[in-house]
Amino acid sequence: MINFYGFGGTLAAGTWMTIQVSLLSLAFGLFFGLVGAVAKLSRFMPIRAGAGLVTTVVRGVPELVLVLAVYFGGSVLINNVLSWFGYQGYVEINALGAGVLAIGGTFAAYATEVFRGAILAVPEGQVEAARALGMHRFLIFRRILLPQVWRYALPALGNLFLILQKNTALVSVIGLHELMRRASVAVGYTKKPFTFYMAAALIYLAITTVTSFSLQLMENRAARGVRRA
Amino acid sequence: MDFELMGQSLPQLLKGTLLTLELVGLALVIGMAVAVPIALLRVSKRRWLMLPAYGYIFFFRGTPLLVQFFLVYYGLSQFTFIRESILWTVLREPYWCSIIALTINTSAYTGEVLRGAIQAVSRGQIEAGLALGMSSWQLLRRIIGPQALRLALPGYSNEVILLVKSSALASTVTLLELTGVTRNIIAVTFKPVELYLLAGGIYLVMTFMATRVFVFVEYRLSAHRRPAVGTV
Repeated sequence: MINFYGFGGTLAAGTWMTIQVSLLSLAFGLFFGLVGAVAKLSRFMPIRAGAGLVTTVVRGVPELVLVLAVYFGGSVLINNVLSWFGYQGYVEINALGAGVLAIGGTFAAYATEVFRGAILAVPEGQVEAARALGMHRFLIFRRILLPQVWRYALPALGNLFLILQKNTALVSVIGLHELMRRASVAVGYTKKPFTFYMAAALIYLAITTVTSFSLQLMENRAARGVRRA
Repeated sequence: MDFELMGQSLPQLLKGTLLTLELVGLALVIGMAVAVPIALLRVSKRRWLMLPAYGYIFFFRGTPLLVQFFLVYYGLSQFTFIRESILWTVLREPYWCSIIALTINTSAYTGEVLRGAIQAVSRGQIEAGLALGMSSWQLLRRIIGPQALRLALPGYSNEVILLVKSSALASTVTLLELTGVTRNIIAVTFKPVELYLLAGGIYLVMTFMATRVFVFVEYRLSAHRRPAVGTV
């Protein structure tokens, strides 16, 4: 058995935090990815252009820079805005919020394209048929579009989620006590960098492996209504 | 907005940008040199050749790049025999550690892209080559290689853009590339909004240019798929 010098529990707590950050970022990213896709398909040019601009910028800038910019830049911006309204206190974005915003935001920017393609892949006739049956827009979205969009988008979203899980390691840079940060703390006490970073690497590997296995099961389930060629 | 500070910091940021480009360039060249043999091993029918390549790709694609940076830069120092060997003159430098980490990472991703491309070359062409009596080396050089390169291009262009963004992690092992310089200036001036905007803009320019270059290369390499001039 490998000797963790009493830091095994710390690593476990960090792993749990990493899982929480990735799930929160995933929820954030899925929601805003869908919003982005709807915006990109909007009839109004300014909305389309705005969505295009945001996704281009977010995808072109390193995730690490985004994490740092949201954490340090976000606090400054919020405090400037608050001081315009006469608020004198100091507000700080916490590391968890900044991490979810930056990592989930990156996911959303990429997912926007995925969802857009998937929405366009649903045959127009089905939407018309639903309208002919008297469904209103929200009902069409929920009953006709969403289940099919899910099936078309799932493989690409799965890849994005695997990238997201690895990106959560970046949140350690702004001090959130997730797996990477806990490993660094343990290294500080024990001076065994290889042991702990390798342990962290293997835990990440286990997380991504379990995820890609579950994604395969979910893809099979999402495609249960489709006949195999 | 402190535009004066932005103007004053620009020369330093551009110096950092040069180092970023140097890291990316070196990692791309060495990474490709590693990725080609990895991909060839990966498609081998002999399990003892295929499995190490599979493990390499699996491990380095399944773990965060930050962990890989820390394993190379901090992790290797745990072993006395490495610290006492000649390798230590290289492995204690953040510059070389960054290049090693980026190279390993990009070679794993590129290896996987190349594997897909090699396997996408149609079976019939390989059989035709075999029927003409080509050796496996001739097959690779004349039939599989040129087509696989063309097929790998879209995947590879994504990888290049990801690598430009990944190079920002070199700042976590104290290297002063674009992100490192930016963080240093912020530590002194505490103007994160201005400086991250500037750095983000420079990264955007780099990733945009990389995209354009690949669009051009892909256009040139698909000449056989375009209608001849004057026919349309």
